[in-house]
Amino acid sequence: MIIQYLLSRYEKTGLAFLIVMAALAIFVPLSNLFIPPSSAFHVPTHVMSLMGKYLCFAILAISLDLVWGYCGILSLGHGAFFALGGYAMGMYLMRQIGTRGVYAHPVLPDFMVFLNWKELPWFWYGFDLFPFAIVMALFAPGLLAFVFGWLAFRSRVTGVYLSIITQALTYALMLAFFRNDMGFGGNNGLTDFKDILGFSVQAQGTRATLFFLTALTLIGTYMLCRWMTITSFGKVLVAVRDAESRTRFLGYRVEHYKLVAFTVSAALAGLAGALYVPQVGIINPSEFAPANSIEAVVWVATGGRGTLVGAAVGAVVVNFAKTWFTTGALAPYWLFVLGGIFIFVTLAMPSGIVGTLQQWAGRRRAGKADEAKPPVAQAAE
Amino acid sequence: MSFARVLCALLFSALACLSMPDAVRAADLPSALTRLAADDFTETAQAIEEIADSGAPHAEAILTALSNARLFIEPATKKVFWRTPAGVVHDALSGEPVAAAPAGMDVVRINNRLRRVLANAIGALTLMAPEPQRRRAAAEALFRSRDESALPLLEDALKAEKLPAVARAFREARASIMLAAAETPKAQRIESISVLRERADMGAIASLRSINAKADEQAKALAAEAVADIEQRLKLIGYVQNVWYGLSLGSVLLLAAIGLAITFGVMGVINMAHGEMVMLGAYTTFIVQEFLRSTAPQWFDYSLAIALPLAFLVTGLVGVAIERGVIRFLYGRPLETLLATWGISLILQQAVRTAFGPTNREVGSPSYMSGAFDLLGVSITWGRLWIIVFTLVVFVALLLALKYTPMGLHMRAVTQNRRMAASMGIRTPWVDAMTFGLGSGLAGIAGVALSQIDNVSPNLGQTYIIDSFMVVVFGGVGNLWGTLVSAFALGVANKFLEPMAGAVLAKIFILVLLILFIQKRPRGLFALKGRAVEA
Repeated sequence: MIIQYLLSRYEKTGLAFLIVMAALAIFVPLSNLFIPPSSAFHVPTHVMSLMGKYLCFAILAISLDLVWGYCGILSLGHGAFFALGGYAMGMYLMRQIGTRGVYAHPVLPDFMVFLNWKELPWFWYGFDLFPFAIVMALFAPGLLAFVFGWLAFRSRVTGVYLSIITQALTYALMLAFFRNDMGFGGNNGLTDFKDILGFSVQAQGTRATLFFLTALTLIGTYMLCRWMTITSFGKVLVAVRDAESRTRFLGYRVEHYKLVAFTVSAALAGLAGALYVPQVGIINPSEFAPANSIEAVVWVATGGRGTLVGAAVGAVVVNFAKTWFTTGALAPYWLFVLGGIFIFVTLAMPSGIVGTLQQWAGRRRAGKADEAKPPVAQAAE
Repeated sequence: MSFARVLCALLFSALACLSMPDAVRAADLPSALTRLAADDFTETAQAIEEIADSGAPHAEAILTALSNARLFIEPATKKVFWRTPAGVVHDALSGEPVAAAPAGMDVVRINNRLRRVLANAIGALTLMAPEPQRRRAAAEALFRSRDESALPLLEDALKAEKLPAVARAFREARASIMLAAAETPKAQRIESISVLRERADMGAIASLRSINAKADEQAKALAAEAVADIEQRLKLIGYVQNVWYGLSLGSVLLLAAIGLAITFGVMGVINMAHGEMVMLGAYTTFIVQEFLRSTAPQWFDYSLAIALPLAFLVTGLVGVAIERGVIRFLYGRPLETLLATWGISLILQQAVRTAFGPTNREVGSPSYMSGAFDLLGVSITWGRLWIIVFTLVVFVALLLALKYTPMGLHMRAVTQNRRMAASMGIRTPWVDAMTFGLGSGLAGIAGVALSQIDNVSPNLGQTYIIDSFMVVVFGGVGNLWGTLVSAFALGVANKFLEPMAGAVLAKIFILVLLILFIQKRPRGLFALKGRAVEA
């Protein structure tokens, strides 16, 4: 019955994605913990962390695909939401350090002692509680997106103008977080974490659990976004993307639809950031850099916008390539490759890896039925 | 000119020395030197005064040596010597160099109280120094210390002084001292206040505030009034200075944005590689200068003039290549254009990094770009001034080119109605390429100018790209005048916010304001109206 339900909701690619993710979520942590390192099936801890990082990026990419692929909003500021979520988690982790910091202050994190601060700023209150931190990781980016989107969509700022002001948003946040007196650790950001929920962040078991949770979150994110896009809500989103004015004239409150999609997407990006920080062990203002946000856009474009699965695939593929390049002797050439991907994808492969594969499959089927309609609607601007 | 001045000053100061009753005073020197030999702080203080009053030509050298622990006593003979920083030992009595320094000399010790006495004495002595700069510096020191005991010397120096600028500094110092002194007649106090009011700077305010408590009420009221007046004036100068800095920043923004106003504003192409065109222009300047340094150093002052057309050509050609190779396939898909040009910018950055290394490159300034001058209390650097002038010239040239050349006519025709222009026989693809090349070329010459005030590194373009877009969007797309107004408005606003909030906060504040502004007027300050908007 479950299988029937799933089949009714997801096309083949989606199902395949869910199965692969579920398998990864179970296999990788178990293999890391219980299969001896000598075995070929053992996944070393650093590989697992790396994969966890990719999965966080995949969540970010899916959230971006929700607004760009389905709603036509090209956000160049999603890195800001990701980083805000990361900071929320980072603040929780900083509070957990307690007296083990260099200055051994029971309440204040090291950098505040260093700056000669006497008490905790108000916005750090509550971050000693894990549930609060998680709620903030969703709420802070969501609120920012809500306010920003409310202003922008209401006055019908669209297209490239929206892209540019989202970029300005993340740039302004980056400058702000670089300041020491913002109270977020300035340049160095937040790092040197010890515990999460009482478990050491360095411990193998914690890392395996984090990976498992990240994979689960990715599955959940995909299912949520899939659900949002196949319901009638999702149909309206696509309509907004393809013909905004017409949708408005048909009586839909376009800005409300956009606002919901944008806010949900930002909250998901925040969640991805919150999962990312304990796995990499640091969050600093450079996460806000406009280049990061635009790189996330290219993951989506590479995988295939408007496919959700494609976004996740693109994030993993591009980041795998990045790791592969930047760790070897080819490191100086990575930016050439990345730049090349930007140009190649936009010029030659506008529907991305997954989109192109789906088109091939569709054409083959159509060839048999003598019908030449691509299954994925070409996204209009 | 300045040589003649120094000569005059030398002559006059020599005369001044001669006119003093040398014979009487020089007699004090031996007794002063014996006091020094006592190695007692009170005696030394007395000795310092006597040496200063002795009028001996080398008195200043002795006192300077004393303050730098280079004054020695030979215990056996009680003779005093000083050593110059170069290591030559002189006899303190005669001032003549000594062939061989006696062995076993003791340094004359001083303490903090003596240091103050010394500083005053040396300050008073340098009032007679042959170099005008030193006399002026001494006057400034007295102006700040308000040391009453130096007044007679100051009067002497003032009588002997012939340079108006230095004499003014002396008068100001005298006014400052008289104002702070207890026993100054009312008329002189009032005159002093007016002298200080003329001076009108922070120092004058400090002097006016330290008016002696025994001064009568009228003088005190006058001083307070003068302080208020000076503060008012300083505030005004501060405003003018801010406006100047703002115009300077605005011209930089305009330079960076003017090419974008063509590619984005006129053609509607989102060129994220625009900043890299600026960077390429700056590197062209670097190459030209390196070439000139190695082949024809005497032509170095012309390096910018040579770099300008070259940078325009280089970046213009790169621009045409980008348009033909990538952008022409993406017309009508602005979001894809944005991504593709971002990719180009990454490649260009990395290419430059590979070729020239990731570090900053040294780009020199020609002689006419360096230095500064003072205009009504506002300090203006030549480099900034030239950049403003240059920006305006480029702007006007661009306006004229768009309006009066056949190419400009074609460009306007194609942007207004592409299909109609095509049917009139205009080769629209060619015009597209040329327009993009023009925009990129403008970015290139902006790079030549910006190489003078910014670090030339592969990241140069990144720092300007967001600002440039903000300028164009704020000014209104497709409107060059809007770009001009918005660049200067943003520059001035930024500089006025900076003293209040700090540089980074000011920038954040401006960005937030812009984001809010775009909500209100999505098409900028000077939006095009009518049909052009739909295109």
